[in-house]
Amino acid sequence: MSTGTTTSAGPDRADALRPVGRPGRPPAQEYRPLLGWAVTDALTVTRRNLVGQLRQPQILVFAAIQPIMFTLLFRYVFGGAITVPGVDYVDYLMAGVFVQTVVFGGIATAVGLTEDLASGVVDRFRSLPMARSAVLTGRVLADVARNLLSITLMVAVGLAVGFRPDSVAGLLAAVGLLLLLGVAFSWYYALVGLVVGNAEAAQAAGFLVIFPLTFASSAFVPTGSMPGWLRAFADNQPITAAIDAIRALVLGQPLGEVVPVALAWIAAITVVMAALAITRYRRAR
Amino acid sequence: MIQVSGLRKAFGAVQALDGIDLAVAGGTVLGLLGPNGAGKTTAVRVLATLARPDAGSARVAGFDVVREPREVRRSIGLAGQFAAVDPNLTGRENLLLAGRLAHLRPPAARRRAGELLERFGLTDAGRRTAGTYSGGMRRRLDLAAALVAEPLVVFLDEPTTGLDPASRADLWSVVRELVAAGTTVLLTTQYLEEADQLADRIAVIDAGRVVAEGTPAELKSRLAATRLVVQLPTEDAVRTASARLAGIGTGVPAVDPGAQTVVLEVADGPAALTEVVRRLDAAGVAVRGLSLTEPSLDQVFLSLTSRAA
Ligand SMILES: Nc1ncnc2c1ncn2[C@@H]1O[C@H](COP(=O)(O)OP(=O)(O)OP(=O)(O)O)[C@@H](O)[C@H]1O
Ligand SMILES: [Mg+2]
Repeated sequence: MSTGTTTSAGPDRADALRPVGRPGRPPAQEYRPLLGWAVTDALTVTRRNLVGQLRQPQILVFAAIQPIMFTLLFRYVFGGAITVPGVDYVDYLMAGVFVQTVVFGGIATAVGLTEDLASGVVDRFRSLPMARSAVLTGRVLADVARNLLSITLMVAVGLAVGFRPDSVAGLLAAVGLLLLLGVAFSWYYALVGLVVGNAEAAQAAGFLVIFPLTFASSAFVPTGSMPGWLRAFADNQPITAAIDAIRALVLGQPLGEVVPVALAWIAAITVVMAALAITRYRRAR
Repeated sequence: MIQVSGLRKAFGAVQALDGIDLAVAGGTVLGLLGPNGAGKTTAVRVLATLARPDAGSARVAGFDVVREPREVRRSIGLAGQFAAVDPNLTGRENLLLAGRLAHLRPPAARRRAGELLERFGLTDAGRRTAGTYSGGMRRRLDLAAALVAEPLVVFLDEPTTGLDPASRADLWSVVRELVAAGTTVLLTTQYLEEADQLADRIAVIDAGRVVAEGTPAELKSRLAATRLVVQLPTEDAVRTASARLAGIGTGVPAVDPGAQTVVLEVADGPAALTEVVRRLDAAGVAVRGLSLTEPSLDQVFLSLTSRAA
């Protein structure tokens, strides 16, 4: 390949066009950043995704209102009729709200990814020498940042309505576990976004799975009050596992049984969904 | 700079590329000309490493698009058929993003973004989010993003579709500037005039095949046959005339019974005219009218790519 400037027009033209294109730039301009390109590109895409979300405040506001409504609804409307032996209902409730916040919030990834596919932004990314993984990891990392924000908000809302965690350490550990759960579901939503074609379908397909998982769980009521068949499902699914572990952490209950189960679910979902999403992203070409 | 041989790509039953061969020399413009569905976008996507070919091979800037996609991506800029700009970022941020992901150093990315915004008349608009741009502004921003890394090879898929005449003229001058600086450009278009204006060579593609290839001048002289139209009074006369006129010009006389005409494609108009008159006179066929027309380039294009035959 010849990288020399092979000019086909007169030499005097060369000046007029200076700003547009000077081919023959030596590829030496390529440099190695401190963290390597996979990380650097992922962070670049992460920032782009976060900026995009911040510029659509209406979406953020609606995303925040939903868990707040659930908190108020269950705290003040249904809460009086629900008794959970041994704990204040508000303390019981918030673990469910935290998990619901994280799990529902990830839908933004599915929607954002379908939009990027439809608008050609992903095509632009694919035509650049960037790390290919960055398109998906940039989504997941942006979700981590957004989840941290929304969890903080919901902790504040919880404290305002009477939620009292057992210890700060327990609460921080719970936040860590919630972020890991968020990562697992980000990969699920990334897969949904890649598979279904448009934003509305992504939203519907995402909720189709998440809705029954969240409500047929220990989020708002103990599973013991459910009919046997439903209880069998609710007791053995990942959302209940996550909620039980978060609850044990914030309420200072024994962790030995619930936390490993939750971590196992999170690891399994992350591995399977990430593998499927990455394969799907690679294949679409 | 671009070598393509036997490229094939199917989507289900649709053979989008059916064995394409192309060669583009460094610092020249190839116009890929074809109607809707001809396979232009598919060809560009394969060359830009966005799509994997089923068969055949393609090298861009010396690298194989299937085996060395990363090297190809370091050498190319792509402005797709639909502007791929992020509506939530400002014009400047879009260019900075493209620059960072093209692995320019941050200062270089900033300088480049400024230069390109200025060149494309977007310096003021560069502070607004691209979602507020008009269609033409979005296209210009998209083109600017394709040029951020000063690529050796630029792919432009229908770059002027949807642009007003002034923006179109400006885009043409951008392409000329790029080429003057030594960039290799492959652009697709549905307009022969555009290919004629910009391209050093034109490849006409239709249904996934190259149906004609050459310089604009070559294509015109090779394809722009003069048409001789004989108008006749009756359908009987049309039949007789078409039989008697066989052998004049290139190909078979084209009969249009509704309009009662016989059309001949001829190389030498006046000579053919004399011959037509002699033969029809000998056969005793009366004629309502005779005319010679130089077809427009668009007609040439249509005749090349018509699927009716
Ligand atoms: N992803 C796809 N799935 C199915 N069919 C496709 C796909 N992409 C292209 N095709 C088909 O391949 C053929 C060539 O399409 P292509 O987009 O390359 O044409 P084009 O020359 O760019 O047309 P246009 O001028 O309309 O942009 C068409 O018949 C199209 O329907
Ligand atoms: Mg096209």
